[in-house]
Amino acid sequence: MDFEISENLRMMVDTVRRFVKQDLEPISQQVEDEDRIPEDVVQTMRELGLFGLATSEKYGGLEVGTLGECLVYEELSKVNACFRTRIGTNNGIGSQGVAIDGTEEQREKYLPLMASGEWIGCFALTEPEAGSDASNVQTTAELDGDTWVLNGRKHFITNGDIADCATVFALTDREKKARGGITAFVVEKTDPGYFVGTIERKMGMRGSHTCELIFDDCRIPKDRVIGGDAMIGHGFKTAMKTLDKGRLTMGASALGSAQKLLELSIDYAKQRVQFGKPIAEKQAIQFMLADMATQIYAARHMLYHAAWLRDTKGTSVIKEASMVKLFCTNMANKIADMAVQIHGGMGYMKDFPVERFYRDLRLTRIYEGTDEIQRVVIARNLLAEGK
Amino acid sequence: MNIVVCIKQVPDTESVIKIAGDGKSIDTGDIKWVMNPYDEFGVEEALRIVKDQGGEVTVVGAGPARVVEALRTALAMGADKAVHIQDDDLYGADPIAVAKMLAKAIEPLSPDVVFFGQRAVDDDSGVVSSAVAEYLGMPQLSVITKLEIADGKVKGTRPIEGQTVVLEASLPAVISAQKGLNEPRYASLPGIMKAKKKPLETKTPADLGAERSDFIEIATLNPPPDRAPGKTVEGETAQELAANLAKLLKEEAKVI
Repeated sequence: MDFEISENLRMMVDTVRRFVKQDLEPISQQVEDEDRIPEDVVQTMRELGLFGLATSEKYGGLEVGTLGECLVYEELSKVNACFRTRIGTNNGIGSQGVAIDGTEEQREKYLPLMASGEWIGCFALTEPEAGSDASNVQTTAELDGDTWVLNGRKHFITNGDIADCATVFALTDREKKARGGITAFVVEKTDPGYFVGTIERKMGMRGSHTCELIFDDCRIPKDRVIGGDAMIGHGFKTAMKTLDKGRLTMGASALGSAQKLLELSIDYAKQRVQFGKPIAEKQAIQFMLADMATQIYAARHMLYHAAWLRDTKGTSVIKEASMVKLFCTNMANKIADMAVQIHGGMGYMKDFPVERFYRDLRLTRIYEGTDEIQRVVIARNLLAEGK
Repeated sequence: MNIVVCIKQVPDTESVIKIAGDGKSIDTGDIKWVMNPYDEFGVEEALRIVKDQGGEVTVVGAGPARVVEALRTALAMGADKAVHIQDDDLYGADPIAVAKMLAKAIEPLSPDVVFFGQRAVDDDSGVVSSAVAEYLGMPQLSVITKLEIADGKVKGTRPIEGQTVVLEASLPAVISAQKGLNEPRYASLPGIMKAKKKPLETKTPADLGAERSDFIEIATLNPPPDRAPGKTVEGETAQELAANLAKLLKEEAKVI
């Protein structure tokens, strides 16, 4: 067993850590208040290469591997979840459909644009009637000569308002549905009939928007089916493959936030004096800190192990990825709760970042597959292994 | 323009420094090592000059194997190649001895400009750049916050007590960089990937024909004194508290 992180990855982590400290920490509250990331910061993110972590070098990316991507997400998530979300769709769900199943022409066209951050990609699967039951999409696509015509409404689409292109899942066969009736398309924002709808009002995750995407007789060329005509009807598989990898990076984000909450809690416990002593001297506080650190240690090692399995063994980590997402996001939510408790009244105030982490982390147990869906995936794999 | 930037690897300023058992050196066990922050100004300035005027940037560093990491950071920022003078025993050596070795490594590179940080944040000696200038027979412009290079001449500005002095010399010259010269760029992720493929040459002092000669040595290192405990101001009423606070500030803290 070798737990050494390569020199390259350590250097990358150093750069991101420094960027977080110098450029992101000072504006984190401003981003929260204004609900937007300043453009000059996004430009630095492009220059640093953060939009192309996962994309292969052939298409202008860095190909840092799963562990590399997780380490970067971990660092970025120590400040404010919206920064990670900004790069998240290009590295993950917004580009992976094309990267995994796209034709060579589609890869050459879209991947370099997304890897550089010039374009933002998004992933449009969820609909009002298709959440965890993702196969229940109602959006339709019909072939009319040389164009596909899309009609329907997607919602909760991360980065939808700023996206230049979207991976859209639509019914091409109402009878077959997920078993051969759903097709994945790339839709560009300039396509006629493509509209950005309402920007949703969320509990947290300010600075990152999720919104409706509306397709009203939206006409796109025939060659926008991801993977070409042979992939018509196979879009649901593309969606599932795309979501698999994201589960590890979601775990990494939760881990980064949890680590930050532990550090904030230790600092606060040392300086907050009650009954004449810092509260860090109280066993009740010490036990909370000990539990937080222990959970983080466990989470970090399962995440790194799963990432390492995926990078070096090339094995499928579907079950492990679901375990990582389930464990890390639940762990981080528990830690956020303890961090608020340690901070007491101050933990409930918007002047302290713990309140924001508490709200932002709640989403991690819901999006890109709820706790319950992760358990379904884990159990299904467990039961299939015995066959 | 052929530019050399000398860099030193130092403990990260956020590292907790502990004095080793010998009382003369630091315990390096838990230290995170980084490029001296002042040297980053030198790297950045060199990269900007080369971008405008063309040329090549070579970074040179001396010390144990770990120094390669600082050199790679400079390569990731955009420098073209690196020379590592490997000597496991050099950290904490007499700055003059280090300067002699650097001069030997720099000379064959025939630079037009040699950059240093104005001092290293670990030992604060600030001697090496001047000594290298002497060994190379070059003029030195020290503690520079603004620089222009044109027509074989260099013009540098140094701040002095609310004023500035502008210095001029002909090339080649040694420049030591001060905070304010520029905003150093990040070692970007694409830069880090590219740095792997850039040439990094390792030389021993023997390869350079350099003999180590220390004139001074560190006698003792003393830790900073423990911080005095805080003092609670006594008093029943606001007036009493304020009077006692004023008294403490005047008589004990001596700040008013």
